[in-house]
Amino acid sequence: MSRPEDILPPDLFYNDTESRKYTTSSRIQKIQSTMTHRALSLLSLSTPSLILDIGCGSGLSGEILSRPESEGTPGGPHIWFGSDISSSMLGIALEKEVDGDLFLADAGQGVPFRPGTFDAAISISAIQWLCNAESSEESPAGRLSRFFGGLYSSLRRGGRAVCQFYPKNEDQKKMVSQAAIKAGFGAGLLEDDPGTKNAKTYLVLTVGGGELDGDITGVVRGMDGVDVMDARRRAKGMKRGEERKGSKAWIMRKKEQMERQGKVVKASSKYTGRKRRVQF
Amino acid sequence: MKLLTLNFLTCAIKTCKTQPASFPLHPRDAELEIVETDMNLPFLKNILPRLMWDELRTITSELGLPDLPPTPPTRSNLVEGGEKDAVAEEEEQEEVVEEPTQTAKDLHRILLETCIKEGKLVCGACGHEYKVMEGVANFLLPGHLV
Repeated sequence: MSRPEDILPPDLFYNDTESRKYTTSSRIQKIQSTMTHRALSLLSLSTPSLILDIGCGSGLSGEILSRPESEGTPGGPHIWFGSDISSSMLGIALEKEVDGDLFLADAGQGVPFRPGTFDAAISISAIQWLCNAESSEESPAGRLSRFFGGLYSSLRRGGRAVCQFYPKNEDQKKMVSQAAIKAGFGAGLLEDDPGTKNAKTYLVLTVGGGELDGDITGVVRGMDGVDVMDARRRAKGMKRGEERKGSKAWIMRKKEQMERQGKVVKASSKYTGRKRRVQF
Repeated sequence: MKLLTLNFLTCAIKTCKTQPASFPLHPRDAELEIVETDMNLPFLKNILPRLMWDELRTITSELGLPDLPPTPPTRSNLVEGGEKDAVAEEEEQEEVVEEPTQTAKDLHRILLETCIKEGKLVCGACGHEYKVMEGVANFLLPGHLV
């Protein structure tokens, strides 16, 4: 499978001919629309909202956002802003007269909106481009961190973002999700058709606070056919607030107990419960 | 580009992020146009608390549009008969189609229908100019400013 991001940077790859090919291909249109609907179902919006579309291209996903609820867009019609790096793609979007406002911008340079602007953000087949740096001045990690940092602050508390992307390998998947977590998001990956050629990876990001139900595990609760694999480390068999034998809290409790029994107890200090230095 | 968007855009340059003058961006040599769109009352109600009203007023006066009232409208101002107390509304259990008021229509016109077609957006802090062509703003930065 050829990966366009290995060939050229996005602004050069999506030139006039390539953009037109991409937009008019009925196969791509169909895939993009199913992915947008999937992303919308993960966002679960109930009222018309303000949405950011990163890598909107020719507005294939945006057209779905502007549709009313009766045409299958939950909570629609939404107002959206779209940003893309390819001017040819935006040119086609202008020809199609999409409803959203368009920007020529590089997502790897940040998101130029004031904090708490958006209810949700969506990105379809775009952020794998951030894993490539085109000059020595920038790095994929830096681009990802600027993007997720900007996205995190521009979403309102309790907002969600869904980014569908095509990771090259496991490392890239990890790099992207780690960058999102570092920016402050509650991040999780949802995979449709895992292990097949049609595998689609959705990065589901949540911003804490508001009426939100936790992280991705809360997002997919009640959805059909979703298995949750939680790889987070968890202290096993320990209840919260339970103390381990030999810990400082345990020693302090024991000393208190002894004192109450009227026994002679050494005074406690900051050194209590600490390990002795190794002498040799 | 809608005026609604202008109420949320800041300067993209990193050193400007901490400066209060980086918001709002000031339109210059702007060519305006009106693009008629459908009224979307639930969206207006949703977005209203997030608007920075004073900045919106500055921008409309800079663009030479008629002055906005000094205080922002509330949600109840947008719906016809919205001043009725909430108890009365609860009694009417059936779904009532909410009628937008003149305030809502004006707000819709200014936020969603008034668009900047050509011109520049200038940052108040660093003076960087973002070009707007055919309604698309160019936020690409040269490498040394990122």
